Amino acid sequence: MQQIIDLIQTYSLLRMLIAFLVLIGIVFLNAIVMGYLERKIAARIQRRWGPMEIGVQGWLQMILDGVKMLAKQLIVPRDADRFLFRLAPLLCFTPVVMIFAALPFSKALYGINLHIGLIYIIAMASINVFAILIAGWSSNNKYSMFGAMRSVAQNIAYEIPILLSLLSVVLTTASFDLQKIVEAQSGWLWFAVYPNLFVAFVIYLIAGCAETNRAPFDLPEAESELTAGFHTEYSGFGFGLFAVAEYGNLFIMASIASIMFLGGWNGPFGLASGPLMGAFWFLSKVFVLMLVMIWVRWTYPRVRFDQLMNLAWKYLIPFSLVNLLITAFLVKMI
Amino acid sequence: MSTMTKFETTDKHRFLLNMGPQHPATHGVLRVILEMDGEYAMGIDPVLGYGHRMQEKMAESRTWPGFYPNTGRMDYVGAMPFNHGYVALIERMAGIEVPERAEYIRVITSEMNRIASHLLGIGAYVLDLGAFTPILYAFDDREDILDALEDITGSRLTYCYYRVGGVLKDIDDTFIKRTRAFIENFRKRIPMYNDLVTGNVIFIKRTEGVGIITADMARRYGATGPTLRGSGIAYDIRKSEPYSVYSHFDFDIPTGKNGDSLDRYYVRICELEQSLRIIEQALDKLPDGPVLAKPKRAKLQEGDCSFSVETARGVLTYYLVGDGSEVPYKLKIRVPSYSNLSLLEEMCTGMLIADLVSAMGSLDLVIPEIDR
Repeated sequence: MQQIIDLIQTYSLLRMLIAFLVLIGIVFLNAIVMGYLERKIAARIQRRWGPMEIGVQGWLQMILDGVKMLAKQLIVPRDADRFLFRLAPLLCFTPVVMIFAALPFSKALYGINLHIGLIYIIAMASINVFAILIAGWSSNNKYSMFGAMRSVAQNIAYEIPILLSLLSVVLTTASFDLQKIVEAQSGWLWFAVYPNLFVAFVIYLIAGCAETNRAPFDLPEAESELTAGFHTEYSGFGFGLFAVAEYGNLFIMASIASIMFLGGWNGPFGLASGPLMGAFWFLSKVFVLMLVMIWVRWTYPRVRFDQLMNLAWKYLIPFSLVNLLITAFLVKMI
Repeated sequence: MSTMTKFETTDKHRFLLNMGPQHPATHGVLRVILEMDGEYAMGIDPVLGYGHRMQEKMAESRTWPGFYPNTGRMDYVGAMPFNHGYVALIERMAGIEVPERAEYIRVITSEMNRIASHLLGIGAYVLDLGAFTPILYAFDDREDILDALEDITGSRLTYCYYRVGGVLKDIDDTFIKRTRAFIENFRKRIPMYNDLVTGNVIFIKRTEGVGIITADMARRYGATGPTLRGSGIAYDIRKSEPYSVYSHFDFDIPTGKNGDSLDRYYVRICELEQSLRIIEQALDKLPDGPVLAKPKRAKLQEGDCSFSVETARGVLTYYLVGDGSEVPYKLKIRVPSYSNLSLLEEMCTGMLIADLVSAMGSLDLVIPEIDR
């Protein structure tokens, strides 16, 4: 045993390998939990049972779905670009794992702490749109193409309000370091309590919904218009990786929101937030946010594409810019 | 309604997009060829016939009772009025009197079927706009109707409950009690639909001003049903030439103003309430007596005859030419969805594909009925 630990400590490559295997496990676990929760909650909202057959309350359903996807044939369309077609799901999935490495689950529980953690996460998250574009392009299917084009336009438009709203927090804390941002909110004064940052929080949530392609902004995969959008041609685990990455992105979106605005691993009312309790508080905030997004998804119709763009360019971006100015002014004054 | 060669474009920015025959928004095997310029549909060409079953030819090759079950298969969502039109046509041709109680039962079941059909139409329409939940609520209410109808007719979708000269079986107290309970319950549910869907900002933004059909356009294409009434024309066969016992009841014809998708949707919502009113009155006034006239071997006379009924989607007309035998010489079926679909090209040219889906969904098409 001691020998193994020594070995791991000596070879940093081995350490990284293990860390990333663990992270991949977490990403898949997250997809399983979220997939199950989404199906159950959607079922509750729609007055049905959801998965019930496999395991108590159907809790094994998602695992078996994963097995089913693994067992399925990966069909590559005849006229598709074979290399890019296979590359796209990986390119969609990898950044999610990379981002999970930089998320502070609690004070002691994190993969790696970067001084520019926020910039790193935002940069990695924007690879997602690249993957979707490649998926849509290489499928050689008009519906996929539509989905990909929509996704690019949508992500470019909504990254701006996301960045602007996050910048107001950065201005307040004067740091890109996620740990420092969380520590700045210790105690009860989470950033969402301040009026100007609350506005930023709301803008971030709306834009985050659009950024993760969730309803009511799920235009890249708008079922009734584009059949399945950019992943129309994907089967088996190509599709599975897209689904896992989608839930991963959802988790990242919610965790950035809780780190930047809801105090990350700080407990409410100054409750204990040690390494384990901190992770508990962090995860509860993340899951509450994700449940809200599930709730929204199963309630609202889908917006039209021009309305979506109008919302970003005419409302969210000006509002977040003004909000940023106000924040900058307040930071200078106080 | 032509072939692929309709579009011979030289503009290299434009491309053809096949929507259907297996596309979630076409609700069946309708294929629409779109000539796209980016996300705009500049040319629209519906291709029919993927579900063609030669219903009219089948009617010519068997006796009239043999064709009767087929009528319900055309519009499987609202099969009762399709059955009704056919049996009423035979009754008119053979001169058979129908007992009044049977006519009342026909009206009650037809209206219940209309509510079920509208519920499915509304739910599927909102599903087209991307909201998943309302269709399941609609199915919840529809289930009550189907259960009640199953009790008396024996089936849930294609009933064949009406017989020439009446109906198959009398309704019982359980059915009446059940229907009254449903009416009471459903009256409370309609405001819920309005809260969930009609008042929703995104829903209004997606439907208001989308797919406008002017009154003139609707007349030119022979549109009927909620599609016509959404354009502001109060035309309903149940009022304009009342068949069965519809003249005994007091009900309104809801109409829209602008003829956009929102109006067509809202006309359907309002018709739910009107159908409830008709059922209530019919249950109150339900006379006693037999439900089936004395059986008589009905021969089709020489000559022609037609009968129109108001289905959930519009006017259905059967036109039958008889040659004195039991086999119709010719049966022409005029279905509402066919005329309503014809509007698509003029209504949607130059639209975004998302609006196209919204406008097409508001027509509430049933494809097997178009293809026959």
